[in-house]
Amino acid sequence: MLIPCPLCGPRDRREFYYMGAAEYLERPGPDAAAEAWDAHLHLRANPAGRTRDLWQHECCGAWLVVERCTVTHRVFGARLIGGLTDAA
Amino acid sequence: MRYSGLQVLWEGLRGNRGWGPAWTKPEPKPAYDIVIIGGGGHGLSTAYYLAKNHGLKNIAVLEKGYLGGGNIGRNTTIVRANYFLPGNSEFYSHSLKLWEGLEAELNYNVMHSQRGLINLFHSDGQRDAFARRGNAMINQGDDAILLDREGVRAHLPYLDFENHRFPVYGGLLHPRGGTARHDAVAWGYARAASRLGVDLIENCEVTGITVNGGKLQGLTTTRGEIGAKKVAIVVAGRSGQVAAMAGLTLPIESHVLQAFVTEGLKPCIDHVVSFGMGHFYISQSDKGGLVFGGDIDFHASYAARGNLPMMEHVMEAGMALMPMIGRARVLRSWGGIMDMSPDGSPVIDRTPVDGLYINCGWNYGGFKAVPASGWCLAHLMATDESHEVARRFRLDRFATGHLLDEEGTGSQHNLH
Ligand SMILES: Cc1cc2nc3c(=O)[nH]c(=O)nc-3n(C[C@H](O)[C@H](O)[C@H](O)COP(=O)(O)OP(=O)(O)OC[C@H]3O[C@@H](n4cnc5c(N)ncnc54)[C@H](O)[C@@H]3O)c2cc1C
Ligand SMILES: [Zn+2]
Repeated sequence: MLIPCPLCGPRDRREFYYMGAAEYLERPGPDAAAEAWDAHLHLRANPAGRTRDLWQHECCGAWLVVERCTVTHRVFGARLIGGLTDAA
Repeated sequence: MRYSGLQVLWEGLRGNRGWGPAWTKPEPKPAYDIVIIGGGGHGLSTAYYLAKNHGLKNIAVLEKGYLGGGNIGRNTTIVRANYFLPGNSEFYSHSLKLWEGLEAELNYNVMHSQRGLINLFHSDGQRDAFARRGNAMINQGDDAILLDREGVRAHLPYLDFENHRFPVYGGLLHPRGGTARHDAVAWGYARAASRLGVDLIENCEVTGITVNGGKLQGLTTTRGEIGAKKVAIVVAGRSGQVAAMAGLTLPIESHVLQAFVTEGLKPCIDHVVSFGMGHFYISQSDKGGLVFGGDIDFHASYAARGNLPMMEHVMEAGMALMPMIGRARVLRSWGGIMDMSPDGSPVIDRTPVDGLYINCGWNYGGFKAVPASGWCLAHLMATDESHEVARRFRLDRFATGHLLDEEGTGSQHNLH
């Protein structure tokens, strides 16, 4: 599996750390109810198919949102968190 | 027909013409009292204990493929009761006791082999943690023996004891741990359930769950509508998708775990050996193949095959621990999809939908749980009360903070 790092180009999956679904970026506000925190930390849509998840490229340190398919392991593209640059 | 040594002899004398099918293949009825979705180990054992322990009739198991085609036929067959936390400890202890009587109970040879499991440790800190775990196992009523380096050498002389990165300090021996024949467990429960009148419906995928006013109404399947008073979702790696049919979102992420088997060799590995620091474990099947594996691939996946990096990692770890296996040729590798939960522990509970139950989140440890999981889910469905050894496997424990994080790695699904 090759993941296109917007800073470094296509790199082997071994160079990346996996964190989980990109939903994790939507952090509840400080006043959010306990249910919102439960959903944030634990509940996952967990799709069989196209998904967006969080990876860190350990070589350059960048955190990425990677768009890929959980059934075929095909990678469609990646962008830096903060949306600076796209790579495909 | 009851299986026995005499029966084998008799059938041998008359050309094996008398063995009938082990279970019947009925057409689905329009409705049942209880429907189990998923014909894996957990679904089949649930159906069996509903009929056996609670005397219930009118039960069906719906399986989208064939019985035993899921993870129950893909795992590396380790059976153990070496858990630490209250909640897990009594559950797996109960399960191991059921394993010890399973062959007589089912009248089926599941080849349960208590050959002993050794978990290796490689530092003083890890020794302390293992001593503590061993004490917890003994307090639970199970068995554990702390081995020093020479103790390990007496059992496993073939290890590389001089490994620089992870020198072997010792191991925790769990003598009652071991393996069983995974398919036989599915077949044994299927046959026993069928004999008690449970309808096992293969090639029947559940495609919809009808809920009305918070109450379960029935199921849509590829073999028509099927009504049900109570339904349990017991679909291992597909839990999130089936639960979504009832409008539920689960605390589950699906991951692939790989396993490997070599060509058949003469007996050389007598125990189950686990090398946690290297993410590697191994045993030898009765056919002679070395069966081994490591960690999950670490990223969410529904592909029932793995990637090369984890394969490479597992091979490296195996070579580091026991260089003698280097000449063995790997015959096959495969993967299975697992429900990873945020604390690494399972769920056996009701859902917010009236009449709908769920059994999920077994991570990579659900094979040894098959007997107790079915026992406890059957108890819950029949009596509407959690069984005492499964009462902490609640669906709401993540919201209430009562996590069962055996490894203490935190709320990240892939870290358990
Ligand atoms: C490589 C590997 C190694 C493992 N090693 C071990 C081990 O050593 N020890 C251990 O304790 N555990 C181990 N496990 C874990 C264990 O195999 C699983 O936790 C356990 O088998 C899961 O429960 P099950 O048997 O009911 O699952 P499954 O056999 O997967 O049963 C679920 C069934 O549900 C069916 N299904 C899914 N969706 C639908 C639908 N919509 N309608 C109808 N049916 C449906 C599937 O077809 C499947 O047959 C391992 C797993 C893997 C993959
Ligand atoms: Zn990079």
